[in-house]
Amino acid sequence: MVTRQSYDQELADLRQSLLNMGKAVDQAIDEAVISLAQQDSELARKVMDSDDEIDQMEIDIEDKCMVLIARQQPLARDLRIIGTGLKITTDLERMGDHAYDIAKIALAMNNQSLIKPLVDIPRMAQMSQKMLKDSLEAYTTLDITLAEQVCLNDDEVDNIYYQVFRELLTYMMEDPTTISQATQLIFVARYLERIADHATNIAEWTVYLVTGQRRRKK
Amino acid sequence: MKYKIQVNKLKLYYGDVLALKKISIDIAENSVLALIGPSGCGKSTFLKTLNRMNDLIESVKIEGEVLLDGENIYHPKIDTVMLRKRVGMVFQRPNPFPMSIYDNIAYGPRIHGQSNRALLNEIVEKSLTGSALWDEVKDRLHSSAMGLSGGQQQRLCIARLLAVEPEVLLMDEPCSALDPISTMKIEELVTELKSQYTIVMVTHNMQQAARVSDYTGFFLNGDLVEQDKTDNIFTRPQDKRTEDYITGRFG
Repeated sequence: MVTRQSYDQELADLRQSLLNMGKAVDQAIDEAVISLAQQDSELARKVMDSDDEIDQMEIDIEDKCMVLIARQQPLARDLRIIGTGLKITTDLERMGDHAYDIAKIALAMNNQSLIKPLVDIPRMAQMSQKMLKDSLEAYTTLDITLAEQVCLNDDEVDNIYYQVFRELLTYMMEDPTTISQATQLIFVARYLERIADHATNIAEWTVYLVTGQRRRKK
Repeated sequence: MKYKIQVNKLKLYYGDVLALKKISIDIAENSVLALIGPSGCGKSTFLKTLNRMNDLIESVKIEGEVLLDGENIYHPKIDTVMLRKRVGMVFQRPNPFPMSIYDNIAYGPRIHGQSNRALLNEIVEKSLTGSALWDEVKDRLHSSAMGLSGGQQQRLCIARLLAVEPEVLLMDEPCSALDPISTMKIEELVTELKSQYTIVMVTHNMQQAARVSDYTGFFLNGDLVEQDKTDNIFTRPQDKRTEDYITGRFG
């Protein structure tokens, strides 16, 4: 007969909860950037409201992990599943916070015309979101090749961030009236760059989950 | 939530010694209650009050009441044979009868008057399936039960219990004589059985209580110090004595 079926089920549930949280965060990032680019205040408010749900998901996952540790005395890979679960839920929650921050900026900018059409910021968002999706995919399928790829993609996002930063700096130097909006957009780019960092963390935790070894940071 | 067993202000004396001090606890139907505590704290004594196994000890005196489906099992008119059919017990060491696997299971139903061969076959299969042993023994039902491994013998004893269709299963350290894998099998079984039965388990193994039970009670010196959902007992116990015990800082 098979042993520890209910425990295995609880570990599977934990993973599913993390994926659900990841989906909610992905949607929040998506909608935050759309609300900014399309100056859609209603969508921005929706993103800000959804942050409470994401925070609650984090609390539920943490509680689940604490109870699993107390009740099941996890060891080896089981222990790493729960340990990485605790770390990943924090990364996801931070990403959710950044989506909230972007939506808040979108709301503040909704009555100003944009100093330039947004191109690089939506592109950064796309790349960060893809990193998030890939990191969760790697986590689910225990695919360390994909996890490694996510870590490498982080450099590209960093590069666009510096590019956006320099471009907005030029705008500000040429026309000081753009300063207030340009600084806000720099913040947005920074948030997206941080989101990519958190996706990288998830990928690194996936490597640890599978191999038991820390991925060497550059 | 329905309570299968309600214990009200139960006191038990061994002669002049008060071994259980006014225990009150409600046991939810279809749940697993684990009783933990150091040796001699009264948890096994308490377990035995639930099907009146202590009646067999002469010096024992009991006050208070134990309600099974609302009926006091210490009422003078209660038939203890029927009571022990409804509230069965598994012990520390597996104790199969020195007879075949089949006869071990059929023993109870036969005692209770069942002689129909086809029905007995059905009961044997159902009980062994219920205790997750059927696949391992179906080809040797008529060989001696003594030839089974310790873990299999314990599952046989559980099957023997299931054969008389009990409602409550009392388990007194059912895994203390078993290796880790057999222990995990029994634990898995307990998790499966609770959908149909109410289970009360005494265990010295705190981790086991944490793994299998829905509720946990902590006994100390004849007192039920704390009882709560297992999640709570093992993550935020309210009584310092419980915390000291489960974290191994006792005494």
